[in-house]
Amino acid sequence: MPDTYFYRYDDFDRTLVAERVEQFRDQVRRRLAGELTEEQFKPLRLTNGLYLQLHAYMLRIAIPYGTLASRQLRKLAEISRKYDRGYGHFTTRQNLQLNWIRLEDAPDALAALAEVDMHAMQTSGNCIRNVTADHYAGAAVDEIEDPRIWCEIVRQWSTLHPEFSFLPRKFKIAITGSPNDRAAVRVHDIGLRLWKNEAGEVGFEVIVGGGLGRTPMIGKTLREFLPRDELLAYLEATLRVYNRYGRRDNLYKARIKILVHEIGAEKMREEVEAEYLSIRDSALRLPAETIEAIAHQFAPPVLPERPMISGRVEAERLSNADFALWLKSNVAPHRVKGYAIVTASLKPAGSPPGDASAAQMEGVADIADAFSQSELRVSHEQNLIFPHVAIDDLPQVYKSLAALGFAEANIGKITDIIACPGLDYCALANARSIPVAQRISTHFAGLARQHDIGDLKIKISGCINACGHHHVGHIGILGVDKNGVELYQLSLGGDVDFGKTAIGTILGPAVTADKVVEAVDSLVATYLDNRQDNERFVDTYRRLGAKPFKERVYAAV
Amino acid sequence: MPLFSEAGLPASYVPLSFSDWQQRPEWPAVSLANTDPVEDLAPHVGRLRLIVLNFPKFSDGRAYSQARLLRGRMGYRGELRATGGVLIDQIPFMLRCGFDSFESEQKGFEEALAKARTLFSVVYQPTEDGRIPASRLRLDHTVAPTP
Repeated sequence: MPDTYFYRYDDFDRTLVAERVEQFRDQVRRRLAGELTEEQFKPLRLTNGLYLQLHAYMLRIAIPYGTLASRQLRKLAEISRKYDRGYGHFTTRQNLQLNWIRLEDAPDALAALAEVDMHAMQTSGNCIRNVTADHYAGAAVDEIEDPRIWCEIVRQWSTLHPEFSFLPRKFKIAITGSPNDRAAVRVHDIGLRLWKNEAGEVGFEVIVGGGLGRTPMIGKTLREFLPRDELLAYLEATLRVYNRYGRRDNLYKARIKILVHEIGAEKMREEVEAEYLSIRDSALRLPAETIEAIAHQFAPPVLPERPMISGRVEAERLSNADFALWLKSNVAPHRVKGYAIVTASLKPAGSPPGDASAAQMEGVADIADAFSQSELRVSHEQNLIFPHVAIDDLPQVYKSLAALGFAEANIGKITDIIACPGLDYCALANARSIPVAQRISTHFAGLARQHDIGDLKIKISGCINACGHHHVGHIGILGVDKNGVELYQLSLGGDVDFGKTAIGTILGPAVTADKVVEAVDSLVATYLDNRQDNERFVDTYRRLGAKPFKERVYAAV
Repeated sequence: MPLFSEAGLPASYVPLSFSDWQQRPEWPAVSLANTDPVEDLAPHVGRLRLIVLNFPKFSDGRAYSQARLLRGRMGYRGELRATGGVLIDQIPFMLRCGFDSFESEQKGFEEALAKARTLFSVVYQPTEDGRIPASRLRLDHTVAPTP
């Protein structure tokens, strides 16, 4: 039996990561010796995941396609204890950030990561970033093909790509293998969606030029159907067009979405297709054997079918109302009969979204060993997922998670808030995000009420760069600075669901920090007064428009 | 600016700017801005002996694409020189894109160049430097290690 059900490094991968650590060790030495200026050192440290934040260096560790083995999570806990302050922050890009790293320690921290086949390469800088995927990949009921196979192929191709390491700006790729997109592929520089055409062949829809940030845009489909073995040729062609023609005169206009917007999707398609045709039949074409070898490593665990109804679950459901709610919100269907996908909420009432202490990470790793094939996922909604849990084990998983503080029955609810680190940590932020999330979370803490309010996604960013994805929140909250005062701009109606992807509309004037909770409360009250049938918040908003929400919010604040 | 190359200093040609060279396309050496249309050199690459590509800042990576198009698409075989923001830590990338000479003022450049090809013994991408990427080596089961 393999020890993991996802890609395992071989000696090639291990050698490259080890050599990269040694290269960085030498670069840090030269920086500390004064042989490199900070300007020269900056892109080197960034492409090794090291940021200089407000108070200290931050290390952003790549968790490719959000998939982790329990032994890797234990190592992350160990690293956070040894080189940081004993906790980490899971991000909206399925990465882990440690906020208090010393420059001198960074090479050793990276060497420790390499021991469990992990790295921090290309989690920052103007290069191809860590590739993200559907967090239910390999377990989802609606999956056509495991997108992580393709993420791994892209990970290798993009790692230390000699042509694309000094792009105009960062470049983010996301891949989904399901019709119900959980990877937000329309708001990435490139989004790839696997689908099956009428001939029964599986290929990619290639979506280019989406993104959030200062200028939110929905990506354009450049290719309806791309044969899978031509993926790298198409990516290389797209990146080459971007590297050559993307703007470099203005940092805020340098993403590929601006190029697509300025020259138009048609012209972009022409350029990319022309480039692609001249490299399609090169060494970039993926041999079937290569694809099969990587796909083989993602072969799912063999899970014997089990009963869907469990006496233990039913007994607990009747006696424990919180558990009953948890089953509804935190447990999703699995493709194998008798199993479920469980989401551990890293959003207990009043806590910073996405934070986990070393002890909590170890506790989660123990649960994965006992109940989920030693495997975990990080979601872009900053939660941790057990992909393969037997239904009969759900009461025990719940109890173990409750002991860690991760059993809040709030997935998809108003307190399952996405928030960027904000002004508490980040050098770019204009305003704090985490305390706002904490106040909203505390205000709406009652589970029965949250479940009554239903599905509602709140997303908070501390600046226009939109790391908290506020543009696509049902309620988006953006922190802005006005003459030294932190204000918060509200927007409504954003969405990342495939086919419904939308950028939210600003509601009205920004409100002060102490009024954010009242404003959100007014929005929710307007919804509750007006909802019909099983309408979600965002559906009511779409039906009624902004007016009733706006009137109530500004009457209250 | 000091000039470095793996093969020792090459024969010297004085490159013309792209606009001057267009007036005299029989001249064997040209220097391109990173916005000049590299495709226009295609009919002439057999005759050219030196092409200089410019990095206005080390962080402006357009010339990497120009280099790959010259080596890969057009089959240029002459000297390909990087100038401008050329730093030690970019050498491995530049070699992989087909550069073979470098103008740099950075201290220690010569030593770094001597080591640059062996800094990474594994590569993942097929490029113009002829190195065999890991994905191909894995298909050759006589050398592929077992996971």
